[in-house]
Amino acid sequence: MAKSSSTAARVIVVGGGLAGLSAALRISEAGTQVDLFSMVPVKRSHSVCAQGGINACNEVARQQGYSEWQHMDETLLGGDFLSHQPPVYEMTHWAPKIIDLLDRMGVPFNRTKEGFRDLRMFGGSLFKRTHFAGASTGQQLLYGLDEQVRKQEAAGKVTKYEFWEFLWPVIDSDGACKGIVAQDMRTMEIKAFRGDAVVIATGGCGMVYGKSTMSTICTGGAAARCYQAGALLGNPEMIQVHPTAMPGEDKCRLMSESARGEGGRVWVPRNKGETRHPNEIPEAERNYFLEEKYPKYKNLVPRDIATREIFFKWQEGYGIGGQPMVYLDITHLPAETKNKLHSILEIYQKFTGDDPRQVPMKIFPAVHYSMGGLYTTYTPYSPETDKISRPEARRKANEGMEFGAPNNGMTNIPGLYSFGEASYAYHGATRLGANALLSCIFDGLFCGMSVANYAKGAGFVGKPAAEQPQALYDGLVAQEKAKVQKLIDNKGTENPYTLHAELGREMTLAATVIKTEARLLEARARLAEFRARYAKIGVADTNLGHTNQTVAFTRVLGDMLIYADAIVEASIARKESRGSHYRDDFQDRDDVNFHATTQASFDAASGRAKIKYEPITLPLVGLRPRVYTND
Amino acid sequence: MLSELPPAAAATFTVKVQRQDSRDSAAYFEAFTVARAPAQNIISVLLAIAEKSTNSEGKKTTPVVWDCNCLEEVCGSCTMVINGRVRQSCSAMVADILKDPEAQNTITLQPMSKFPVVRDLWVDRSRMFENLKRLQAWVPIDGIHNLGAGPKETPDHQTERYDISRCMTCGCCLEACPQFTKDNAFVGAQAIAQAMYFNSHPTGATLKADRLDVLMAEGGVSDCGNAQNCVKVCPKEIPLTEAIAKAGRQLTVHAVKKMFEMK
Repeated sequence: MAKSSSTAARVIVVGGGLAGLSAALRISEAGTQVDLFSMVPVKRSHSVCAQGGINACNEVARQQGYSEWQHMDETLLGGDFLSHQPPVYEMTHWAPKIIDLLDRMGVPFNRTKEGFRDLRMFGGSLFKRTHFAGASTGQQLLYGLDEQVRKQEAAGKVTKYEFWEFLWPVIDSDGACKGIVAQDMRTMEIKAFRGDAVVIATGGCGMVYGKSTMSTICTGGAAARCYQAGALLGNPEMIQVHPTAMPGEDKCRLMSESARGEGGRVWVPRNKGETRHPNEIPEAERNYFLEEKYPKYKNLVPRDIATREIFFKWQEGYGIGGQPMVYLDITHLPAETKNKLHSILEIYQKFTGDDPRQVPMKIFPAVHYSMGGLYTTYTPYSPETDKISRPEARRKANEGMEFGAPNNGMTNIPGLYSFGEASYAYHGATRLGANALLSCIFDGLFCGMSVANYAKGAGFVGKPAAEQPQALYDGLVAQEKAKVQKLIDNKGTENPYTLHAELGREMTLAATVIKTEARLLEARARLAEFRARYAKIGVADTNLGHTNQTVAFTRVLGDMLIYADAIVEASIARKESRGSHYRDDFQDRDDVNFHATTQASFDAASGRAKIKYEPITLPLVGLRPRVYTND
Repeated sequence: MLSELPPAAAATFTVKVQRQDSRDSAAYFEAFTVARAPAQNIISVLLAIAEKSTNSEGKKTTPVVWDCNCLEEVCGSCTMVINGRVRQSCSAMVADILKDPEAQNTITLQPMSKFPVVRDLWVDRSRMFENLKRLQAWVPIDGIHNLGAGPKETPDHQTERYDISRCMTCGCCLEACPQFTKDNAFVGAQAIAQAMYFNSHPTGATLKADRLDVLMAEGGVSDCGNAQNCVKVCPKEIPLTEAIAKAGRQLTVHAVKKMFEMK
């Protein structure tokens, strides 16, 4: 249906990290007004935590025998063939353009002596194809995009709503998304906003695991709310556990893969119960176990593999002092190389008091990234519909996506899009290091055009937001106010902070590095118990007349319980091992039964996840074993 | 491994929090007793307080409100004044703070005093972002179409820019600055350094004159009293005083140019 009104389109973007900001840029530059919502000033979004870099084929690698096609192949193999291939083709082939654009925006990429952009090694590749700015690349890219969005804001093309929390998508009588309900986190005002399309770019769900490398706003709450409103989740069981993080009391702090990319080595003492200081343990008595087992990729095997190897070493009793810790050693690297890692070394020293330039770091795996998320669709490229390229220059079918097709990045709800980590696309069962920043920015820039086209009328479903009845919005504001009131009136005895800590521990034990049917069934029972306790929750601050973080936290805890259920159910259902999803009771990949996307739908009656599978086609690259030991 | 307790350390310590219910209400102190734990930072302390919601007198109270996000000192959110020193609460380790005998087993948490309080320890730093807008703190590119790479750059120049680009808009430099007050117009070290950052980029420099006009007006570089507190408190060791000195030099040239233009 074409849009019936001439009213100017408006688009709502929820989330101001790399995906949200690049979407805001693309959509506003395409001439559509953007309302940008974020729980934090966008410059403080979780993307700042990304450290290592951003992948793209480049001239140096190309002349050494690398290509965009290989970048695609690595991404598909890394993801254990669980991703759709046309979007990965498009993303990897767009990647060099994205680096150029960020370069023009003034991102201070590290430079070679001659002044070209420097490159470093990263996991899952044998070529240097990772661009970086020190060891705070995410921060630098985010700032570059933040500055451009500020320019759009100053020009009146983007309106920011910072410190606003997304509560619910507004879905009209035609089943299409026409806005959001959100809450001002300072005044607690709950309000509806009209939008002809909505982009959810709210990142991952690490807080479901209590302690992870993620920021405190990464609750998965926005995705969980869309899921409850009818959006599907794709592959929620695919949770990345990063091999190297500093264990901490409040969170696990990431120690970037770039430490290994620059030559850092992971090791444990060969002797169990070793008591010597690491610097006093001779080479012969150190076990560089990743290098021994994976002589070609060495310390740079994909993250799930490195994580399991570290985990197994601890289980075998080789952890430092018997504790869940191994050494990440960069002490042997030249000073110049250490300087490229300055920002992460500085953080390690601030938190532990040890200087990692002198003493090997103590690290252990931690929950880091959600490959799964809101399920999205796309239109594969077809030479038949390509009206632009010369016939001989046209790509083959499925080599990429159709630029601007309205459904690229759209969930199963028309007009509701999901970009970046909040979406399930691109990374399959494991994300390769330095592909996250790429996928976030790619989503915004590439699929952002789809949003702009849809909002302006292409494939538009239902009446424009401006013509929707006020009652639609008022009803959902009332729904959200009632939810809050229920929490206030509940006056239960259960403590939200205690319950959250228990949820995190349970999820970490049951659904991270090694999963088994028995343990997952236990988790299912524990989640039922947590839900029962949540019904008896009490909030220590019941005043809505001022900033009330307790109510907001308690509300999102309910959404985390719902997201956790989807993770656990999808983990039980997938009786195979694939990428990050490692089932000790089904150790092999089972392509016959499980080469398929998990689709979790929310059953409102039971409040639980229903799991089904959607087969994945292989138009570009066939299945092959995921082997990194030789190659 | 992490910040182990000295053997003689007390099992608990006192946390005095300066609270304020809303923007315009009066501030007051509330004390909490918190148990020592290994690897404890101020974030863990505030979480423990939220979980118990009970003050030192055993009375039920509301959880303390504070701003935080990344917890690894890169987002800038959780800045507050801790025992008189402005810093990020995530990287403020309890063991380190209490090591100081002057602390007397007490940690005092206060909101930054140079910004309006939202509630308790949460302050409104939107002024910092507004200043970035006024200074056109961006590289004015033609648009996001694919137009090739940006300008080449020497490693030394990149290092110089990267050092400033690590600024996380936390506000430490402004809290410590005697010239920056709640109600004056001074833009402060953070904004001046950012202006220099964009002036040093070949495309960014096309707006150099506009930025210098802002820095020449009321609230600009001449308001700096050269106390040099900013550089001492910056958690990212950004060369703020060097940036201010550079801005001064650029302004001198700019003023001379303007004089000739006026003829």
